[in-house]
Amino acid sequence: MSTSLTEETQVTESAISTRLSSLDTLESEAIHIIREVVAEFEKPALLFSGGKDSVVMLHLATKAFWPGKVPFPVLHVDTGHNFPEVIDFRDRTVERLGLKLVVGSVQEFIDRGELAERADGTRNPLQTVPLLDAIQSNKFDAVFGGGRRDEDKARAKERILSLRDEFGQWDPRNQRPELWNLYNGRHTVGQHVRAFPISNWTELDIWRYIERENIELPGLYYAHEREVFARDGMWRAVGEVSQPREGEDVITKTVRYRTVGDMSCTGAVESNAYTVSDVVVEVAASTLTERGATRADDRISEAAMEDRKKDGYF
Amino acid sequence: MTTEAVLPADLETALPTTLFRFATAGSVDDGKSTLVGRLLHDSKAILADQLDAVARTSADRGFGGEKGGIDLALLTDGLRAEREQGITIDVAYRYFATDQRSFILADCPGHVQYTKNTVTGASTADAVVVLIDARKGVLEQTRRHLSVLQLLRVAHVIVAVNKIDLVDFSEPVFRGIEADVQQVGRELGLGSDGISDLLVIPVSALDGDNVVERSARTPWYTGPALLEVLETLPAADELESHLESFRFPVQLVVRPQGALAPDAVAAGLDAEAYRDYRAYAGQITEGSVKVGDQVSVLTPGQSPRTTTVVGIDFAGASMEEAAAPQSVAIRLADEFDVARGDTIAAAGTVREASADLYAALCWLSPKPLREGAKVLVKHGTRTVQAMVRSVAGKLDLATFKLEGASSLELNDIGHAQLRLAAPLPLENYLHHRRTGAFLVIDPLDGNTLAAGLVKDHPGDHEDERYSI
Repeated sequence: MSTSLTEETQVTESAISTRLSSLDTLESEAIHIIREVVAEFEKPALLFSGGKDSVVMLHLATKAFWPGKVPFPVLHVDTGHNFPEVIDFRDRTVERLGLKLVVGSVQEFIDRGELAERADGTRNPLQTVPLLDAIQSNKFDAVFGGGRRDEDKARAKERILSLRDEFGQWDPRNQRPELWNLYNGRHTVGQHVRAFPISNWTELDIWRYIERENIELPGLYYAHEREVFARDGMWRAVGEVSQPREGEDVITKTVRYRTVGDMSCTGAVESNAYTVSDVVVEVAASTLTERGATRADDRISEAAMEDRKKDGYF
Repeated sequence: MTTEAVLPADLETALPTTLFRFATAGSVDDGKSTLVGRLLHDSKAILADQLDAVARTSADRGFGGEKGGIDLALLTDGLRAEREQGITIDVAYRYFATDQRSFILADCPGHVQYTKNTVTGASTADAVVVLIDARKGVLEQTRRHLSVLQLLRVAHVIVAVNKIDLVDFSEPVFRGIEADVQQVGRELGLGSDGISDLLVIPVSALDGDNVVERSARTPWYTGPALLEVLETLPAADELESHLESFRFPVQLVVRPQGALAPDAVAAGLDAEAYRDYRAYAGQITEGSVKVGDQVSVLTPGQSPRTTTVVGIDFAGASMEEAAAPQSVAIRLADEFDVARGDTIAAAGTVREASADLYAALCWLSPKPLREGAKVLVKHGTRTVQAMVRSVAGKLDLATFKLEGASSLELNDIGHAQLRLAAPLPLENYLHHRRTGAFLVIDPLDGNTLAAGLVKDHPGDHEDERYSI
């Protein structure tokens, strides 16, 4: 009798001490959402750019279906202005996991005259058309994204499963309530759903998770020397599509990237964070948001992201 | 950017933190956005560029007059229309962390569709902060908010009596409101039924009194500041999950049949050993499970089949034990035909599946509920067709009484009887915040019509106090 009583007490104590850390809770939530979408949709795909959030998404997907393969293709909208090392990383990752890669090309749309280059040269906003085209022609009914609510004011209001109409548009004033852990992904023909399983993660959570899980990222996320010039209060890399204008001096600096988008709109930050633990410390102490520090596309207006999302952006 | 900023010395030792989810609810103009802004600002969750943007907009609109103050409410209004109209339309999620905890805050607007927003935010919350304007006291809407929170069985309800500076930090005013809140709480059973607790705090969101730090201007209040409370309250799963019986809705079957992940094989996974691998993937919704436990597999239309748990796997690791809310894959001793929508539960703890569903419904759609309507019910990982047999009544949230009604409109809460096309393992929401919850979905456009909470049938021995 007394033995069994002791055992019971121990069970209770161990159960309490195993209360999950916030990273474990976020991981379990994301995996639950990924599995729900795979179970309830005909043809999901994962947006994969080689950026840290999409790398974390793919890592979560491998854990969700282990020891089986990730049961959906990855989709990349290539602006034609990507960092070459990121494209290289993308291809190696796809190869390592045995995935199918679908590429939507902004350049092809421009060459066909279906998209026009913007005056400011940035191609991030041009991704919407090739994205919607790829979704439609591949009949994807759910598209996973690595969007996080802490990134932007508009994203803070978007649901984890976000319904998009025939034109890919988000209607922020008419969203379905999201209750408990019951996700409603029902949609009609032509509609699709954007799924954001890491909605509740912050930039710091992402980095702590990358550190904990030992996840490989493109090297430009860590401090390295690079030829840069100053524009719009950011350090912009010198590259084929990113050339200094008159009066913009090129200097060599030790920098890293906090976000990785199109070369034409993504800035680097000065940093001595050479390892993932350096980055965790740096992000925890940062006084700027990642988008505020490094993204010209979000500086266009206070509602830049909201406007892009309404048009069908990620 | 450089890394010269002073780092907290205990950054690494402070880990790992735990997650705490809370929501805020309030009426129009009671300063809720300001309170949320204050919490984020004073807990250093607002970064310099965000603050700059808010300061610019505040100045453009002449906020704070000569004082040059900033409108903290702008921190939470995310949509263009919200900033332009100065109102909050939709639930917004915010994130901040202290040394103790990471917080997820669901900011629920008060005026448009308040029931919809409050129900949404409260459904996942460990705690809800309800705001009251100290000059106005308990309003009808406060009573409505509190009754929704009682209905949803939110573990901790904190009432922040805001704008205490505008009543000259008056103790009698605060005590009067506090007594009124406790009175409403008693009428509802809130804070006295062992499920939830109710706390009242005097605050000034505008000036920060008792938000992050205790205020010297309310010497008569000896309790903790709001953030202290949020840092120390037990999360709902700490309170409940280990006391409850194991529940595990199956999301999908992991059965690679030789199509193993190339990276796992490259890392040394023995492909031959995994040829016949079969596990049931899902998230534990309640309780915990150990290898060797006896479990029942519940499949609609079949009697429960009992077997033994032989393995709990997660991404290459095998565990002896797992608990809510972990996502895992479970292997069973017998090769039953188990599929998505089935539930694995601790043996002998589940009552018979039923096709008759009696429930409280929070109606969230502009399309009203009518008797005879055909709907879909999503419960756990299963969605079944259902018919609304009768509406038993509509709840008057001010008096907490059920009144006769034959339909439910947007923001109504009522009781209804549904007939399901297949029996489901329904459990009373009072004791099961997950397996007692369901969605009502419109089969035509797929929209969510209602949040459903399973109740015992009237006439079954339900405690009178729990009548709502």
